[in-house]
Amino acid sequence: MTDITSGPATFGSPAYPAALEWIARRAEAIVIPLCAIVAGLALFSVFLAMLGKSPAAFFELMWRGGFGSWFSIQNTLSRAAPLLLAALCVALPARLGLVVIGGEGAIVLGGLAAGAVGVGLSGAPAFLVIILMGVGAMLAGGVWIGVVGALRHYRAVNETISSLLMAYIAIALMNQLVEGPLRDPASLNKPSTHPLDEAYRIGSLPGMDVHWGLVVGVVACIVSWMLIEKTRWGFAARIAGGNVRAAQIQGLAVGPLIVGFTALAGGFAGLAGMIEVAAVQGNANASLAAGYGYTGILVAFLARHNPLAIIPVAILLGGIGASGGLIQRRMDLPDATVLVLQGMLFIVILFSETFYGRFKAFNPDLWKRSA
Amino acid sequence: MEPVDIGLWGVPLAIIGGAIRVSTPFIFVSLGEAITERSGRINLGLEGTLVFGAMTAYAVAVLTGSPWLGVLAAAATGVCFGLFHGWICKFPKVNDIAIGIALMLFGTGLAFFFGKPFIQPSAPDLPAIAFGFWSDIPQVQAALNINILFLIGIALALFLWWAFKNTRAGLILRVVGDSSDAARAMGLNPNTVRLIATGVGGALAAIGGAYLSLYYPGSWNERISSGQGLMAVALVIFARWNPIGCFLAALLFGGAGALGPALQSVGVTQGYYLFYAAPYILTLLIMIATSSPGRSLAGAPGELSITK
Repeated sequence: MTDITSGPATFGSPAYPAALEWIARRAEAIVIPLCAIVAGLALFSVFLAMLGKSPAAFFELMWRGGFGSWFSIQNTLSRAAPLLLAALCVALPARLGLVVIGGEGAIVLGGLAAGAVGVGLSGAPAFLVIILMGVGAMLAGGVWIGVVGALRHYRAVNETISSLLMAYIAIALMNQLVEGPLRDPASLNKPSTHPLDEAYRIGSLPGMDVHWGLVVGVVACIVSWMLIEKTRWGFAARIAGGNVRAAQIQGLAVGPLIVGFTALAGGFAGLAGMIEVAAVQGNANASLAAGYGYTGILVAFLARHNPLAIIPVAILLGGIGASGGLIQRRMDLPDATVLVLQGMLFIVILFSETFYGRFKAFNPDLWKRSA
Repeated sequence: MEPVDIGLWGVPLAIIGGAIRVSTPFIFVSLGEAITERSGRINLGLEGTLVFGAMTAYAVAVLTGSPWLGVLAAAATGVCFGLFHGWICKFPKVNDIAIGIALMLFGTGLAFFFGKPFIQPSAPDLPAIAFGFWSDIPQVQAALNINILFLIGIALALFLWWAFKNTRAGLILRVVGDSSDAARAMGLNPNTVRLIATGVGGALAAIGGAYLSLYYPGSWNERISSGQGLMAVALVIFARWNPIGCFLAALLFGGAGALGPALQSVGVTQGYYLFYAAPYILTLLIMIATSSPGRSLAGAPGELSITK
């Protein structure tokens, strides 16, 4: 995006070194979100202070619960893994100008598909089954969100609403299947699919108590970044995201592009469900709808839909989530406290959009005019 | 009274009764959203407003013993949420759809935060009028036990339908919704009109929430809303921004929502969760059937980002 909009290089003022201009142009995308996060935390501090709770104690506990010890860092990273993939489900369509918020549905169906494949193929070699579980999950999630993209392009159905409706339908579908045909009769209180064979579970990374899902998520983010920034499909997607008509006039196949990107986005979310099943739960059940899809929306917007920026943001929000239990116990706050904090961060970050392009310091083209 | 066996007639009767019971929140949220969208803004945050309204109404009803004070308090919080949405969206480059999603998460989070102490106590219900007095069959009486908010909803839909066409305020709203430039040329400030429209929309959505917690299902918990606030947004599009259409569509959605419990009452228990998903599936199918590429929707406000 920055390549297209940056000003004519030849007009650069000789008074400033090129490196400074380069830094100034890119600093905006980092300084504004950071200021917004600080403002959001400040706002939340005011909220806590009004309730008679100490903000200092809150942030101290958040640090301790999320990042302060090796144990809490591992907890944070485990929680960040599904957020990485869930955020990609928002960020990839967003680059095409689509606001898809139903990633939760793709996560649920991906997990269900992975659970079904893992149980259905029991006896087969482990590496094959794990790969097929991933493929099944990506297919399920990909079809689910790909349909949203197709409806958007070919029928002009608003993707924000349709994706959320599809999420509700997906959860109902999962409940139906988990209570019906796919149910393990032994799961009495909490209907679940049959448990996965131990061999098909995803283990931990060497030397730490964090499952391989983290690596999958980070790789998916890097691949997505390369897809958007370094390939012709990504370039075409960015054009279509900027102006659909212009892209169509250029002869770009906008329809396949939208369907492809939304399907890939849903595939990543499905993978998040597969990881939840294979690394955390051990079977598919209603816990798959744990809200990762919704936190993923926040992660993607905080990262401004840049797949690389998703990595630190997901870790930050994973840490906030990881510290939730500790904060709840120590400060006698309800578990929804984290939701309030997330909501405030979300609003502030969206509000900060209005400040882009307003500060001269970030725009070298304006420096010389007043100089 | 002894239940009378009326066989399969129970199913349509339960659907009608359910449609009246379930549709009321849809009516209020969709009328509120119709006002907001007619002004050219879309507020997806009504889901959050609805949940917060449900919590506020319940809490105030528990504390004061008066359900109507609860409804008023909910409406006041709805105005606050709406005004906040309207204010923040006037800034350039701030996306109204994204702000709506953020407010949806924020409103539900805040409602769960403050609502924790109110899950246990029970609040007085909103009163209902027994229109089924002429019948001896209890099922008919149950179906025709109609809440006052539903009747207010009908009146409001008729009033808005008339007011959009025949009042100065309605004209101003439509001008601002169709063209900001035309509105400015008339000396109107589009942002002010949208601010008011979003505030009113928020108040109505919160009243819809109050109905959920104070009448049907009539309790406050964290699963009180099943996306009514969001479905109502889709419903407004389906109703083509026409208040009477909103009312009829809300009845249809309510009926779809009552399908599962109605079938269950006559012993059909297969596919319970799929019937539970019927309103979502219906919404989606209607959106697919009524949208079309290449032409804008008839009656759509010109400034609305969702149809641009």
